[in-house]
Amino acid sequence: MIKIIYEKCNLCKNCIESCPFGAIEIKENKININEKCTLCGLCIKNCPEQALYKEEKEIKIDTSDYKGIWFFAETREKGISSVSYEMLSACLKLKEKLNEEISGVLLGGDVSSFASQLIERGCDNVYIVENEKLQTFKEQTFADAFSKLIKKYKPSIVIAAATMIGRSFIPFTAARIKTGLTADCTDIDIDEETGLLVQTRPTFGGNLMARIICKNHRPQMATIRPKIFSPAEVIDGKEGKIIKENIEIDIEENVEVIGRERVENVVDLQEAEIIISGGRGIKAAENFSLIRELAGLLGAAVGSSRAAVDSGWIPYPHQVGQTGKTVKPKIYIACGISGAIQHLAGMQTSDYIIAINKDPDAPIFKVANLGIVGDVFEILPLLIKKLKQIKGG
Amino acid sequence: MRIVVCIKQVPESLDVKIDPETKRIVREGVKSIINPYDTYAIEEGIRLKERFGGEVLAISMGPFQAEEALKEAIAMGVDDGFLLTDKKFGGSDTLATSFTLSCGIKKTGNFDIIICGRETLDGSTGQVGPEIAEFLKIPYITFVSKIENISDNIIYCTRLMEDHYEKVMAKLPVLITVVKEINEPRIPSLKGLLKAKKAEIKRITADQLGEDERFFGQDGSPTRVIDVWTPEIKKEGKKIEGEPEYLTDEIIKQLKTLGVV
Repeated sequence: MIKIIYEKCNLCKNCIESCPFGAIEIKENKININEKCTLCGLCIKNCPEQALYKEEKEIKIDTSDYKGIWFFAETREKGISSVSYEMLSACLKLKEKLNEEISGVLLGGDVSSFASQLIERGCDNVYIVENEKLQTFKEQTFADAFSKLIKKYKPSIVIAAATMIGRSFIPFTAARIKTGLTADCTDIDIDEETGLLVQTRPTFGGNLMARIICKNHRPQMATIRPKIFSPAEVIDGKEGKIIKENIEIDIEENVEVIGRERVENVVDLQEAEIIISGGRGIKAAENFSLIRELAGLLGAAVGSSRAAVDSGWIPYPHQVGQTGKTVKPKIYIACGISGAIQHLAGMQTSDYIIAINKDPDAPIFKVANLGIVGDVFEILPLLIKKLKQIKGG
Repeated sequence: MRIVVCIKQVPESLDVKIDPETKRIVREGVKSIINPYDTYAIEEGIRLKERFGGEVLAISMGPFQAEEALKEAIAMGVDDGFLLTDKKFGGSDTLATSFTLSCGIKKTGNFDIIICGRETLDGSTGQVGPEIAEFLKIPYITFVSKIENISDNIIYCTRLMEDHYEKVMAKLPVLITVVKEINEPRIPSLKGLLKAKKAEIKRITADQLGEDERFFGQDGSPTRVIDVWTPEIKKEGKKIEGEPEYLTDEIIKQLKTLGVV
């Protein structure tokens, strides 16, 4: 809490003016800080009399016991998910400055055979927990195994991809260990002076960026957005240790997965290299066939704006934007999307954006690298025809 | 059935800037609203009450003005509103927030289902729901797109994963986080608005929770924001007009440069 030394305060009101949250007021001729205070500390900096200070009562742990850079190696039915190699790549970046060993963690029913792929790409160790209770992904069992492993080996850093799996069970894991977790980072680095993990993430829909640290708790945990780091490549002759752990999963299993249902064409928007999205300008459900055909030709995933979902033209899992998915493909092609701020928040960090819209003033053009002022119903069929000709030889 | 919905008041517009000189957040005349994801949570809570009977409460943590958000929830059909408010809660990160909310939920009594939006508009971490579940030691299901049924103390739902839906069942009490697809939030009725106007939001302070106060607010938050800035808008785009023939050629030229054609 911010404390006031009343003897020093001369009621100059500098603190009141400096407070972005309107949390400081004068009550009974005294400075009073109310519940709007976020402890940002600007009032302390702006007080000429040094009459304000921050009182810290935080519980501290001995951080020197904690060593090692860990990542959760996410697996899918087909094997290791490519985001796992991206996480490994992020760990390799940290290792350059921190010089601690990198360990990958594999959890599942039958995952041992994947360990060598992690080692050859740069892992010093791979921890494997195999258990039939981990056969299908369930938050509680995964978090139980992962938190026990972390408590036993005490890594200093633990990262995971900010996929639905990562975003779903990593917070539960962090709460179990009672440590900090930064969501959805777009960069991580080591502060060379302190050795702390510096985590960068967008907030306020990407309008602000924040750097975050976790000073007195361990491990320092973060989820990292997919498609930020390029997957780690095979390093010739790299060797590492495989450690099989027998961890008893004794959490009461109160959740049961009883079925699965594929979503047509959703090929994982967050992993896609190219996304073609349709919006209000597509005008009808059947016209999404144009988007699908173009996507098929380019090996792209199909996205949409909120307007198209709300009109019932395409199911919700395709929605990109604030109330849908946040994506960062190499190429994003927006077709008939005006570019409401809610949509831009979900795609504006894409590497290259092509926008097709007949309204030259559409806000989508503000974020587009290539803006095409034209009718999607003229442009798309012609584009498809030309791409087919190129493909055909 | 007793249902608790967790909500947060957020700024309506995310179009905030940081003054590079003072480092202050510039938010001129920004209205506050209920986090949009939480409106689906409120709606689902009310629907569950309508289907299975019982009571639905809303709880929030924030400054006094967050009472408006709770009143709006009451206007939609929630029975009662609770606000955790205390300057000791200031500077909370997700861990401290979920701890505080879990204490507040326990304080309001028993519960069968806790419903949260999948994330907030401003922070977008999506961490508070799962973290509350851990503090309450109950199972949880994220990204729920449909509640099929609740019978014999078991909930059956559909949840959205990256490229598929899962049918999941869980024993009550349970915490779920919901996605937009789950429902269409209702507009408050006139009767609801009148009820909200008269409703009294119950305030809960840190002392009333009877916990070690080092777990609240900034002291209870392992993470610290050390720097905030406005990212520069990087796009150096070009906008072209002309005949479809020319425009499509330009697209293809660009796709070739990008190495995908």
